[in-house]
Amino acid sequence: MTHAAPLVARRAHIDAELKALLGKDLLVHVHAADEDSITVDREAIAGVMIALRDKMEYQQLMEIAGVDYPDRAERFEVVYHLLSVTKNHRLRVRVCTDEATPVPSIVPVWPVAGWLEREVFDMYGVLFAGNPDLRRILTDYGFQGHPQRKDFPLTGYTELRYSEEDKRVVYEPVKLAQDFRNFDFLSPWEGADYVLPGDEKAGGTGEAPGKGAPTPMTAAEVKKADDTAKAPPPPTPKTTEKPEQTGAGAKANIKAAKTSRDGAKATTAVKGKTPATKKAEKAPAKPRAPRKPKGGDA
Amino acid sequence: MTDSPQVKHHGSDMFEGYPVDTADTVGDQVVTNYTINFGPQHPAAHGVLRMVMELDGEIIERVDPHVGLLHRGTEKLIEYKTYLQALPYFDRLDYCSPLGMEHSYVLAIEKLLDLEVPARAQYLRTLFAELTRICNHMLNIGSHVMDVGAMTPNLWVFELREDCLNFFERASGARMHSAYFRPGGVHQDVPERLLYDIGEWCEKRLPKLFGDAMSLVIDNRIFKQRNVDIATVSKEDALAWGFSGPMIRGSGIAWDLRKSQPYDAYASMDFDIPVGTRGDCYDRFMVRVQEVYQSARIILQCLRDMPTGPIASLDRKVVPPKRGEMKQSMESLIHHFKLYTEGFHVPAGEVYVATESPKGEFGVYLVSDGTNKPYRCKIRPTAFSHLQAMDMMSKGHMLADTTAIIGAIDVVFGECDR
Repeated sequence: MTHAAPLVARRAHIDAELKALLGKDLLVHVHAADEDSITVDREAIAGVMIALRDKMEYQQLMEIAGVDYPDRAERFEVVYHLLSVTKNHRLRVRVCTDEATPVPSIVPVWPVAGWLEREVFDMYGVLFAGNPDLRRILTDYGFQGHPQRKDFPLTGYTELRYSEEDKRVVYEPVKLAQDFRNFDFLSPWEGADYVLPGDEKAGGTGEAPGKGAPTPMTAAEVKKADDTAKAPPPPTPKTTEKPEQTGAGAKANIKAAKTSRDGAKATTAVKGKTPATKKAEKAPAKPRAPRKPKGGDA
Repeated sequence: MTDSPQVKHHGSDMFEGYPVDTADTVGDQVVTNYTINFGPQHPAAHGVLRMVMELDGEIIERVDPHVGLLHRGTEKLIEYKTYLQALPYFDRLDYCSPLGMEHSYVLAIEKLLDLEVPARAQYLRTLFAELTRICNHMLNIGSHVMDVGAMTPNLWVFELREDCLNFFERASGARMHSAYFRPGGVHQDVPERLLYDIGEWCEKRLPKLFGDAMSLVIDNRIFKQRNVDIATVSKEDALAWGFSGPMIRGSGIAWDLRKSQPYDAYASMDFDIPVGTRGDCYDRFMVRVQEVYQSARIILQCLRDMPTGPIASLDRKVVPPKRGEMKQSMESLIHHFKLYTEGFHVPAGEVYVATESPKGEFGVYLVSDGTNKPYRCKIRPTAFSHLQAMDMMSKGHMLADTTAIIGAIDVVFGECDR
């Protein structure tokens, strides 16, 4: 005992007591991390709870937790945590079930079970036969789905916002600007049974690693790849010799033809040619020579 | 509602589907029950509590509390975070006693890891857990008193709450969401001056100011009229409805996890457990008042006995090194990087760790599958069970008693709705 967590003395003869009390309803009894947990037959849970309360002095039901193991045939565990204030001991009672099979309710044994079962129903969809008020409890009015299931996405399916147009809160499907990033920290050398990112390129089939490094390319393949990767020739440089070439459109050309700032009529067609324009017209536009780097080779 | 003796009271369900014939006698009045909505925005609801109440006149016939309006999916979020990243979510559960929430969680992790915590860290955690208890009770006592009509004591005890928050700030840097308790110890050591100030505060300021404020309340005629014999809960009911903390002690059961299942340094602390005699709202209130003095006692013992030494485990696979070490040692740098990216892996297993939070038994059921994230982290809130008994407790009382009953439950919805 090194940790600082609550100290609970081990209850003497608990294993024998449980076996004698519960008989065949007791499936498994485990003592791990100083805690006793038993798995019992689902259909017998109500009777088991009455026996534990009355014969073994577990007076309080503190908690009912659901746990989801999607790989199992009966995927849900319903975990009851009992407390004995006279024996100062805790006991964990566990039953397994699936989506369709209801667990007998223990509301007649402990009235506090009412909301606790409602919560497990809300979060996991586990049904409790005999609960007088099996409504949703924590989720929104009209919510669909069971959010604590492992196959329910963290972001959910709907989001809501206040709509200024409708003057009310509107529900919309979730739109994410970026996918939720969930990093996997399982060591790829121990136990990870998936294709590592990038490995699918090597084999092309996306098979598991273990086939060694990819085969190097031959010289011909390298040349071919180089050729295809060669950059296309640079486009002809854009020059703007005439107002028409500015790209401002016909309207602007007309406007430019009408008046210049000093009031004189500018006619681009005949009169208003600047010396530079005339020169440019005589010698059609040539692509500029590439700039030479200054100062030698460096 | 008239005082006429001829008034007939019927439950509204009697009329469903039946034509009501009231013409047979002349002069009769039929008063049906009516249903009102209490909350979700009501200052006396202590948060977003909606209660559908069926009233017969002013007498409560049935209460259906609707919770979950503050549900944020904390348990789901925790499944997607590493153990350390999940810690600050606990501050935000019961935001009136954040360190009490962290306490269960770090102890659960340490139990799964079987990690040894140095003595100084245990004493610091005990000290700050008790300071949190005082801080929480200051809020609850003040608002309970205000809910039944007194204004002044609330303002006075808020001064004390402010002092507590200042102490948290000096220890952790944050007033409310401290994230101060860490798996393996606490985040950082406290300055000597802070310990001195806490001690002085517990000896001088707290008893004086708190005693003054309570002297206005505990013998006050109006306060007693509003609380004595309201929502009386027997021992049997308290057990059956899963009560804990001041609620079960108010009913006369001397059950305190700090005594019966001691954690951290509580085993070496000397303190008393106040219990009520009648199990009504007044007893619950008085239990909290006495607990404040007991907490001050524990704090003074912590200060007296606190050893020197490391404030967190030296296991570098769990507790990250300090920044100073990282400048010197490559190994520390690697540990720091690994712990803040990947986090530590917790061996597969399951534990249920409950501590005595200011509101009652706050439990964490932690299931690990051996990875760096919890497979399941079920939080056992205190208010969830207590609020469920609202119907049982308030049946037959007047509408105005509802606020006293809720105040005596000490409900905070961050924790109830998760």
